[in-house]
Amino acid sequence: MNPPPRTEAQETRNKSRQHVGQRRMEDALPGELSLHEESPLVRPYGDTTGDGMVQISFTLPVPHDKRAEGAALQLAAKMGMSPAILVHAKSIAPSFTFFVVYGAVTHLVDLREVEVVERDFDVLSARDTNALIRKRLRRKLVVVGACIGTDAHTVGIDAILNIKGFAGEKGLEYYREMAVHNLGAQVPIPELVNAAHDLRADAVLVSQVVTQKDAHIHNTTAMSAAFREAFPAGKVPLLIVGGPRFEEGSAKELGVDRIFGRGTTPGEVASYLVHAMIERPKGKSA
Amino acid sequence: MVNLAKRHTTVSVERATLRLAGLSGADHERVPWVNHLVDRVRQDVGLEHGVALPVWDALRRGDAPDLTTLAQKAAGGAVTFRLPEGKDATAAGKAARTAISRGVRTIDRQRATRDKLIARHGDPKQKPWIYLIVATGDIYEDIPQAQAAAREGADIIAVIRSTGQSLLDFVPEGATREGYAGTYATQENFRLMRAALDETSKELGRYVRLTNYASGLCMPEIATLAGLERLDMMLNDSMYGILFRDINPIRTFVDQRFSRQIHARAGIIINTGEDNYLTTADAVEAAHTVTVSQLLNEYFAKEAGLADWQLGLGHAFEIDPTVPDSFRLELAHALLARTLFPDAPLKWMPPTKHMTGDIFRGYLLDGFFNLVGAMTGQGILLVGMMTEAVVTPWLSDRDLALQNVRYVLDAAGGLTEDFHPPREGLIQTRARQVLREAIDLLQEIVDDAEETGDPALLAAIADGTFGAMKRPPTKGKGLDGVARKAPGYLNPATDLLSEGSDR
Repeated sequence: MNPPPRTEAQETRNKSRQHVGQRRMEDALPGELSLHEESPLVRPYGDTTGDGMVQISFTLPVPHDKRAEGAALQLAAKMGMSPAILVHAKSIAPSFTFFVVYGAVTHLVDLREVEVVERDFDVLSARDTNALIRKRLRRKLVVVGACIGTDAHTVGIDAILNIKGFAGEKGLEYYREMAVHNLGAQVPIPELVNAAHDLRADAVLVSQVVTQKDAHIHNTTAMSAAFREAFPAGKVPLLIVGGPRFEEGSAKELGVDRIFGRGTTPGEVASYLVHAMIERPKGKSA
Repeated sequence: MVNLAKRHTTVSVERATLRLAGLSGADHERVPWVNHLVDRVRQDVGLEHGVALPVWDALRRGDAPDLTTLAQKAAGGAVTFRLPEGKDATAAGKAARTAISRGVRTIDRQRATRDKLIARHGDPKQKPWIYLIVATGDIYEDIPQAQAAAREGADIIAVIRSTGQSLLDFVPEGATREGYAGTYATQENFRLMRAALDETSKELGRYVRLTNYASGLCMPEIATLAGLERLDMMLNDSMYGILFRDINPIRTFVDQRFSRQIHARAGIIINTGEDNYLTTADAVEAAHTVTVSQLLNEYFAKEAGLADWQLGLGHAFEIDPTVPDSFRLELAHALLARTLFPDAPLKWMPPTKHMTGDIFRGYLLDGFFNLVGAMTGQGILLVGMMTEAVVTPWLSDRDLALQNVRYVLDAAGGLTEDFHPPREGLIQTRARQVLREAIDLLQEIVDDAEETGDPALLAAIADGTFGAMKRPPTKGKGLDGVARKAPGYLNPATDLLSEGSDR
């Protein structure tokens, strides 16, 4: 229950400063992080370049005592924090302790090794999107949207489809050249497949927010499998899923054409649809 | 609307009636016996007379010694039901009333037990009562979490239901360990959790209340199970299922009336779901729809026999924090609800829509939410989690959230005394504006009626007045489970509940 001794924390902090100072001089080796030129190797930034400072908080299933605090520091060390400063420890249930730890991580991050899914299409205005559909597709682009499985969180799909839209951009319903059908929440997969078939959907948008026990992954793979089964090859509508917890690079694995993550705006989705349907029609690979 | 509800029955109302008579359990495929029995009766004689007469007629004729055996035989097609007439009907009706009144008396006894336990252990010392959610999907995981939450200061434990249960047209059976983003509402889960919280109440010297959800297609049955197992609060909104789950409007209003009669009888506090209007629409623009919904919920609740102290009318802190004066607007809305319903224990719900994943900012937002709760004297405070929209709450998230609540209540709980915004200030002006918009909307609903002939509210729901969702009375899930009552319809449960009698 005692707060960590103030003086001890202070002492560690001082030590850390000295340590960081020393290491920064070491870091000036060729190929290593340099303070004066832009480097692909970076460390977290607390208040000084290269100090490597991070904060973490976690709970250990042990009562709060000296041993628990030692255990927390051990974990921090194993996570690459050296030195680690235990700034807060509090008993939160008879046999659980909550910790906040600050410290310098020994790891370097190499920016050259980071892989990013870059957007491979241009974001168009609503007007240009409409014009492209009118000129090239010569009919309305049919979009069917739904939350599938047991997911009842329509926030995502509504943000993209409803006229009201998201982040100041109007939703797809606003696009004159799109026919949007929002089937709403908890739509069974067979119902979605049938609706896509009956409405002759060009694209199917599915939103998945609930991620407990990987529900979003299971639902998505089940959905893409159902579409591949129900439609002849090459005739499957564009399958697009969105949600805050998908890995953007996992579209192929899940059997869908595109994944959109947190913060996606309707304009991005509309632009992607035009790009995929018109500029690079789907049949190409079939 | 009420007359419409009185003129119809539903499969779930009839199943709830059988549950009051003690029928429980399910077959090996986990289809409940109440579903089997209601379906067979409906096949043979229809639903419009109620199941009580045909079922107790079959029992009297010796088709089976008890309800469970009758349901089992009926499921196998070994029983044919008929509609008794004359003396047979009178006798069957009497037998049904006797059996069903036992369930009603169990509910009465559970209510008396609650009163006794509250007298023994006491109510929470502070207002608002602190409401915390548990949702692991596994009842045996929920129990220790709920007990821990109570020890940490929660006065009310809500066990969130598995996503999707609202659209099941049956109530699952037994203790369940599998659920998505929540745990199934079952009679056994109710019993296990209430028993665990009784232990904790004793340990803490404070009666810890238990909450679940009477919503969706099985609203009447779940309300009944809640009454039988002494749950203390139930989420129960008059229009939520229609608007947000696309459940048929007539089904909802019929089911809702029965479930509220049960809640009234069981001394259960209902929690309504006005927060949903604000998560799907802009919280400033849609503020008046909350007021309208509160007024409708109040009306339907009182009509079904609920008293003011049982009305946990909902509202939420969902204004975009980047809107100028957002905190003052929140205060205005909260104060309006408080002033309109002075005797109801309003339920104040935390921000969700503008919780971005920045937990530090979220923690501050929750602090402001708590402050509005303290300043405007809310009755029930649903504790906000800084990890909203990130993960289901961790042990430490809950602890931090409770520290936040405790700090604000200790530091500013008495502010209700000092907080009297001036008449011409922004807060009062805004409250008056919202009230005026609410009255205009109600007027619009009333005017709408003349064109269609349907009850005004039904017409309004059909053409998208609420939440911009159009829900016509001829569509929506569960419509096939609705039947118009025939002359001679008998349901001893509704009779006992309406009369207030127990024999």
